[in-house]
Amino acid sequence: MAAVVTEAPRKERGPQEDNEPRGRRKRSTRVPPVVLAFVLVPLLAEAFWVFWPAVQGFYLSLTDWDGVSAPRFIGLDNFREMSGDAVFRTAVLDTVLWLLLFGGLSALLGLGAALLLQQERRGVGFYRAALFLPVVFSLVATALVWQAMYQPDGLINQALEGIGLGHLTRAWLADQDTALYAVIVPALWRQIGYVMILYIAGLKGIDPVLYEASKVDGANRRQRFRHITLPQLRSVNAVVLSVIVIDSLRSFDVVWALTRGGPYHSSELLSTYMYSTAFQSLRLGYGSALAVVIFVLAFGVIASYLVRAFREAD
Amino acid sequence: MSATSGSTSDTTRTRRRLATAGFHLGAGTLSALWLLPIALVLVTSVRTFDDIAANGLGGLPHSFTLDGFRQAWVDGGQQRALINSMLVTVPTVLATLALASMAAFALSRYELPLRRTLLLLMLGGNLLPPQILLIPVSRISETLGLYDTLYALIGVQIGFGVGFYVFVLYGFMRSIPVEIQQAAVIDGASPWQIYSRIVLPLTKPALAALSALSFTWIFNDLLWAITVLRTDSRMPITASLIGLQGQYVSMWNVIAAGSVIAAAPTVAVFLRFQRHFVAGLNLGAVK
Repeated sequence: MAAVVTEAPRKERGPQEDNEPRGRRKRSTRVPPVVLAFVLVPLLAEAFWVFWPAVQGFYLSLTDWDGVSAPRFIGLDNFREMSGDAVFRTAVLDTVLWLLLFGGLSALLGLGAALLLQQERRGVGFYRAALFLPVVFSLVATALVWQAMYQPDGLINQALEGIGLGHLTRAWLADQDTALYAVIVPALWRQIGYVMILYIAGLKGIDPVLYEASKVDGANRRQRFRHITLPQLRSVNAVVLSVIVIDSLRSFDVVWALTRGGPYHSSELLSTYMYSTAFQSLRLGYGSALAVVIFVLAFGVIASYLVRAFREAD
Repeated sequence: MSATSGSTSDTTRTRRRLATAGFHLGAGTLSALWLLPIALVLVTSVRTFDDIAANGLGGLPHSFTLDGFRQAWVDGGQQRALINSMLVTVPTVLATLALASMAAFALSRYELPLRRTLLLLMLGGNLLPPQILLIPVSRISETLGLYDTLYALIGVQIGFGVGFYVFVLYGFMRSIPVEIQQAAVIDGASPWQIYSRIVLPLTKPALAALSALSFTWIFNDLLWAITVLRTDSRMPITASLIGLQGQYVSMWNVIAAGSVIAAAPTVAVFLRFQRHFVAGLNLGAVK
């Protein structure tokens, strides 16, 4: 990385190159073996740690396996078992709720924060950094920070008492009615800054001429938002949506650190249920089947993401 | 100036000033709310256990001590855990970016057959929910004798992450003009020389952005760590923090100190490379 080769000297050699036969150009695009290795080594690393395990994962979902004896092929029995599994039903419902609440709120509040902080003005850098800072925390640290807030003698209960709402105080994480929502809040606290950054970039990409023209035409603030900002943000919306769905289905750390899916599975997500089934109950076949369900739910998003990437890669 | 302006511009100016004050009030309140949990943890980490027990977690602090940090660092094993995290994160970031930049170079600068398919296959691997890989990955690392070693963690982090970085770097490298490379080819430069002397230096901004980003991602990971590791002394800081929580139940000064230790490296990276960091998020997302 030491010597950055500047462009200038090479351009000076330009005229001499014209003497070279035209065929050179063609030959330069032929693929040398080193270049093949450049692709193959990373591809093999990914194939070994991702594609090969993924194939195995799908196979294991059709087996009954305790991790010690050999996996026994049982066809679709795992999936049949799910239909009667009450915890699975809770996990699916909680995952959907998580998707809607965590996803919906982080998109809305992230957009709101971006609209508030989009303009370059004095102090805005500090505000953005404040909202963005939690993004770099690990979800585990985030979870513990909020666990302190949620304690019976923590800040939230004390604040509620302070404003005369003492009857609302409770052990937020130990209460089946509130555990899931209490877990969503830290996840949101961390995600909103991230979504905000994406939207600020999107807002900056909008051609200011559009706003000026609409002002001349007499459009008010709301009309400008409705007819210029929102349509222009369409591609960012698609990105945010994909990020949110994939993140929601993967969400694990914050729940694991706060409640491990409890109390009584009231904050159980598919991802935590999958992990505890596989690595604590050692039902590896059933756990794999749960992972397949997560994959199937994510598949639509992954596919549409890839289709878009396919278009843009060209 | 104000003497010559009429009453209408005076009202506009007043209105603008009010709007600015309103903005700072709103944004300031929001930021304060956002920073409050962080401030609370910082304060809690330097209180004594007795103070917290007597006055409550949300109470005003009556003490100052760094004992929580000592306990988390020495007795809680966080020193070891932080070293583990670094031993995993630094090589993984370097290796992933090296491999990804090579693949992106090859795919973006040469007419490889099936290059788009390869590119999307690699991106697709990164988009897979990791849950589908957990069980097989733990078994593969067992078969290789790597289970419960940091090598397994490094391997899976590289394999799982590389696709995304290839995709981002591919987009970036494609924007480098072909002429730059052609001149070097005619001068007899080998692909390796073109890669290391020409394309890589020009890709520096993207590499800086991705390293800041991937540092936090890998450092903050929990799921892969608890999948391929078992022994406490080998766990990275995230897993160790959960252990700390179990070990020091309700000793909030220790737990808070542990959280501060676990968050410090990524916050430092963020504060130092804020610009690159934000650029990285956009770089990855726009694609």
